[in-house]
Parts: sequence; C-alpha cells; structure tokens
Amino acid sequence: MLPGRTNLIILDEDFRRISACLSRLNQEARSKAVFLIDKNGQLISSQGETAGLDLTSLASLTAGNIAATGGLAQLLGEKEFSILFHEGERDNLHISIVAQRVILVVIFDSRSSLGLVRLRVKKASEDLVRIFADVMKKLDQEAGKARAIFTTQFAEITDEDIDNLFTKS
Amino acid sequence: MSFINYSAREINCKLVYYGPGLGGKTTNLQHIYRRVDPSAKGKLISLATETERTLFFDFMPLHLGEIRGFKVRLHLYTVPGQVFYDASRKLILKGADGVIFVADSQLERMESNIESLQNLEQNLGEQGLILEKMPFVLQYNKRDLPNVVSIEDLQRALNTRNVPWFGAVASTGVGVFETLKAIAKLVLQELKKRE
Repeated sequence: MLPGRTNLIILDEDFRRISACLSRLNQEARSKAVFLIDKNGQLISSQGETAGLDLTSLASLTAGNIAATGGLAQLLGEKEFSILFHEGERDNLHISIVAQRVILVVIFDSRSSLGLVRLRVKKASEDLVRIFADVMKKLDQEAGKARAIFTTQFAEITDEDIDNLFTKS
Repeated sequence: MSFINYSAREINCKLVYYGPGLGGKTTNLQHIYRRVDPSAKGKLISLATETERTLFFDFMPLHLGEIRGFKVRLHLYTVPGQVFYDASRKLILKGADGVIFVADSQLERMESNIESLQNLEQNLGEQGLILEKMPFVLQYNKRDLPNVVSIEDLQRALNTRNVPWFGAVASTGVGVFETLKAIAKLVLQELKKRE
C-alpha cells in the first residue's frame, strides 16, 4: 500500500491517542494551537485556541503549501523539505511533515520560541510516527471491521438519499 | 482519497474542476459560493494573480448535509488551466475522488480542450489512475456564446467514455449545480462500491 493511495481510516482509539499527543505538544511547546492534517488537506485533529480560526481553510492551504514545497524539493533533488517556518508580527507557524503522510502545524506567539517549538515537535513527531504505524497496520485488520460496519450502513443509502442532499441547493 | 471519520460519522470527498485556461472553472465555484446557504459553506479561497487568473488553486468546502447519519462534505478545488502551470495541476489532482472537466464550447478553444483532457489523462496516469475508473463528468461551458461548437461535435471529441455531460453557462449559473450534483452522486456511489 502506497501512502496516500488508500482511504485514511482512523479508529476511535487511535484518534484519542493522536488528540492526546497534540494536546501534550500544545502544552509543552506553550503554543496557541496545534493541528494535524493529512497531505490532501483534510483536518484530522486540532487542539488549543482554535475558536475563531478557519481550520478547514487553514488545512487546505497548508496542504497546498506543503505540496508546492515538495514540488520545489523534487526539482532540487531533495526528497522533501520536512520543516517550514513562517514568522509573523504576532503569530508564527511551524509546519512539519510526519511519517511522510501527515502534516503537523503549530501556531505560536511570543509566549514560546522557535527553539522550544522545534524541540517539542521533534518529540511529538516520534510519538505520532508510532501511532501512524499502528494506524497503517490496522488499516488491514480492525479497520476492515469498521469498514465492514460502514459498508453495511452505507450500502443502504439509496440514490434517492443522495438526491435529497441536493434538494436544498 | 476520501477521508472517513467513523467516530464523527463524516465523509469528506475531494472534487477537482479541471479544464483549459479561461474555461470557467473558477466561475463554477463562484456561482456555487454565491448560491449556497452561508451555514453550508466555508470560505472561497482563490490563489490568483492580479489579473484574476488562477495561480495555484481555488478552494471551497461545502457541507451537503446528512445521509442516514453520515455528514457529507465536499472539498471543491479548481486547477490553474494555463498550460505552464502543469506542476501545480499535478499537486492538486492528488487524492481527488472525482473530476469535473469544464470544456470551453467556443470553436477556437477546441484544441485547448483536447490538449487539457490529454493532460488530465497523463497526470492521472502518473498517479496510476485512469479516467475510466474514476467518477468523471463533463461540462460544456459558455453555451450562450455565438461561436460555439455543437454538442454533437463536443461529445465526439471529448466524451469518448460516454460519461454524464452538461451544457452550461457558468457565469449565470446554468448547469452548474446539475454538474456538481452528478459528480457528487458518482463519488458517493463509487464510495459505496469500493468500501
């Protein structure tokens, strides 16, 4: 299975592990918010002061940013540029690729520092790599069961149900 | 690829509007954005040049509602149509669940349509995908202009796979939602099949 080629399926238990890891990172890095998105721009989980943030747009633009940077890396013969840092007047963005599959974003201000964020991100990334190794393993096992339940329910969805989605628009 | 969150019972799908430059991909999105209820949509993001040509992509999340307890969300993207932005197009096409090809019906744009469709096939091919196996619909845009090619000729040139097609005038919204509905339906049906 190639990364990115399959549907990403995350089970409850792993989802809680991911959220706990992000929450810990947010505290230890003294950041404002932390979020994890997949390379296609779908938000997986977020922690911290996310109220007032347009997370969907942030996720999609970050993925676009990572994709463009990845394209640049390839042109230069690099595998990837695994860390991006954007400095603003008030807030800063630290973006890194984890397990070649997901993107970890940390938003922080003057209460923290780039050094501290880098240090904590490194540690959290190691945890996330382990979690995602489990997630990928389970894709074939338990996720199969979750998928089976989903399939049963989803298979009952009729064309009419799908049509009904559009009656409002 | 689609992202399914079982605990939140959410299905997220990525749809990509493809086609030659100035064909009306962004206009499709703008129309959808204008017409959809504010609670059902996020921001429309356009990464465009000063002359409003798409530089990287346009993006808009759309909440379709629920089917049988599943929240269905579509992430709509457009690619930059201009030939020299091919690297960007490849990036945006990654992970697409469905493709809408917006063709420009004007006679002088026929060659660009064909070239862009070939480019789509090639870029999908690089990801190991083929158009025949993907949810795919065609939109023949700009039907209101005087110098348009007949639907029959467009069909012959572009719709060799016999996929659903729609005549459209994206600037006034004609055919825009019909196209979106058709691709969403195909994507959901495909999800049903594949899962």
